[in-house]
Amino acid sequence: MTASSDPTLPFLHLDTLWLQVTGTVCNIACRHCFISCGPKVRIHDLMTVDQCRAAIDAAAAHGCRAYAFTGGEPFLHPDILALVDLALARGPLDILSNGMLIDEPLAQALARRFREAPHGFDVRISLDGLSAEENDPVRGRGVFDATVQGIRNLVAAGMEPVVAVTTVHADHESAQGRQAFYELLRGLGVAHPRVKLIPPFRIGREARRSGGYGPLERLTAAMIDDDSPWVLQCGTSRMVTNRGAWPCPILVNDDGARMGDRLDDALRPCTLGSPACHTCHVEGFSCRT
Amino acid sequence: MSDLSAPAACVDLGQLPVGSTVALFGGIYNNHLALHATVADARRRGAAAVFFLGDTGGFGPHPDRSVEGLRSLPVHSIAGNYDHSIGSDAADCACGYTDPRDNHFAQISYDYTLANTAAEHKGWLAALPHSARFELGGQRVLLCHGSPRKQNEFLWHSTTPAAYIDVLCREQQADLVCCTHTGMHWERRLADGRGVVNVGAIGRPANDGRTCVWYALLHSTPAGLRAELVPLSYDHEGLAREMRDEGLPAEFVETIETGWWTTCLEILPPRERMAGRY
Ligand code: SF4
Ligand code: SF4
Ligand SMILES: [Fe+2]
Repeated sequence: MTASSDPTLPFLHLDTLWLQVTGTVCNIACRHCFISCGPKVRIHDLMTVDQCRAAIDAAAAHGCRAYAFTGGEPFLHPDILALVDLALARGPLDILSNGMLIDEPLAQALARRFREAPHGFDVRISLDGLSAEENDPVRGRGVFDATVQGIRNLVAAGMEPVVAVTTVHADHESAQGRQAFYELLRGLGVAHPRVKLIPPFRIGREARRSGGYGPLERLTAAMIDDDSPWVLQCGTSRMVTNRGAWPCPILVNDDGARMGDRLDDALRPCTLGSPACHTCHVEGFSCRT
Repeated sequence: MSDLSAPAACVDLGQLPVGSTVALFGGIYNNHLALHATVADARRRGAAAVFFLGDTGGFGPHPDRSVEGLRSLPVHSIAGNYDHSIGSDAADCACGYTDPRDNHFAQISYDYTLANTAAEHKGWLAALPHSARFELGGQRVLLCHGSPRKQNEFLWHSTTPAAYIDVLCREQQADLVCCTHTGMHWERRLADGRGVVNVGAIGRPANDGRTCVWYALLHSTPAGLRAELVPLSYDHEGLAREMRDEGLPAEFVETIETGWWTTCLEILPPRERMAGRY
């Protein structure tokens, strides 16, 4: 959904390549998921190892600095460790996960790569509350306990995840809210607690939950300046899925935002035509850790 | 893709023969004791020229002593983000922390540095070039603060892959890019010898549990430029005393005395963060 008045954003350099390795397939179906993922959702399907290799090689040829895996839930991918190795050979890697599938053997395999890879490796785990009572109404019954177990497994193996909190509970945005998450993590054995706060994007399933965007919540050319491509992540990153290339991980279900079949088609300015762009602008938000 | 609009200062080193050495350091953070110790050590080791890669203020005591040191010593200086902020009387250091605790401590050192830097020194900081170049042994060296494309961009070892180094060297037409800003020293070379050297910081230890600070020597050899990352002991107890006398936070003094970072940790990538105590 783009209009001719929508501003375009210059593309500076490919700092981050996002790969939606498991498409929109997730083991759970959170009520605030802005890409509406779930166990049977195949808007985007799993990427093959060859597709991932091609994208990572193309990105490296353009001097890419960092890689990030998302989904859906990346650890549903049957070849996830092979994909991790492909990325870590080229640069640092972040995996965005709900943590539920990280059992002891997987945690060991990830921690070994964290210690031995030539580049940095991070796992970012979503948690939207400090307790099952707070988290599970949004993310699903039993999710809190399974996520916490995943964190414990990682910590026991020697790898400390970042926790990503979508601020659906307003009090989590405050300094005390952040502190409470640090304490929760310390209690799980995390010696260097890290928390990333993420504003809710009112698209996908979250639009139904929170009411979506109003007509005035659009970006205009006047809101874009020289610094914008440094601040908005679509100035320095691109997303690939099994169906092609997109400006960012947020807009993969917006067919109007699709930039081409391959990464190389997408290394050009993009149009800021989604109301979600308004959230990026207002919050100064980036998916980077 | 650079916001460093001002042209690089070209420093003519003349015809330094193979076997010559130059010294590079960054991040004084008001540590005037380490500044004098570094320049003395570099000269003792035969450095024919000494370069400072920016960030004079922050963290430590008596800002004017470091600026006066820089202005009196034979050092070629470029600006860091802190120099840019102090030089233009900006409201903060523009480090962009998201954690309120990090912002709290960053603001304490910034306000202290701003209030204790003479107007004349601010003008000197504001006038510094943002990058510099020289040739040594036929190798082209680019000096910048954060990265060649942005003064406040962090180049960490674990997050700066070969593919990106190749782009930086090609765009800058440099064989070696030297930077600081992270406070941690490292080097990564491509198979063909080009690469990045982060010279570390002399203002505070490298989050490794040691009280020494780090700078770099570049030796011109027949096989190209060899970087040597140098640990330097200085009077850190004297610095800690001055910091206490100035009423600077105990958390900062702890870093000087133990070698572990205690604040502003959120900028660290996971590998660098996990290697530290906090
Ligand atoms: S928010 Fe994450 S964990 Fe939840 S359904 Fe979406 S992809 Fe899955
Ligand atoms: S949603 Fe954000 S990152 Fe994506 S195109 Fe819009 S402004 Fe860019
Ligand atoms: Fe800096």
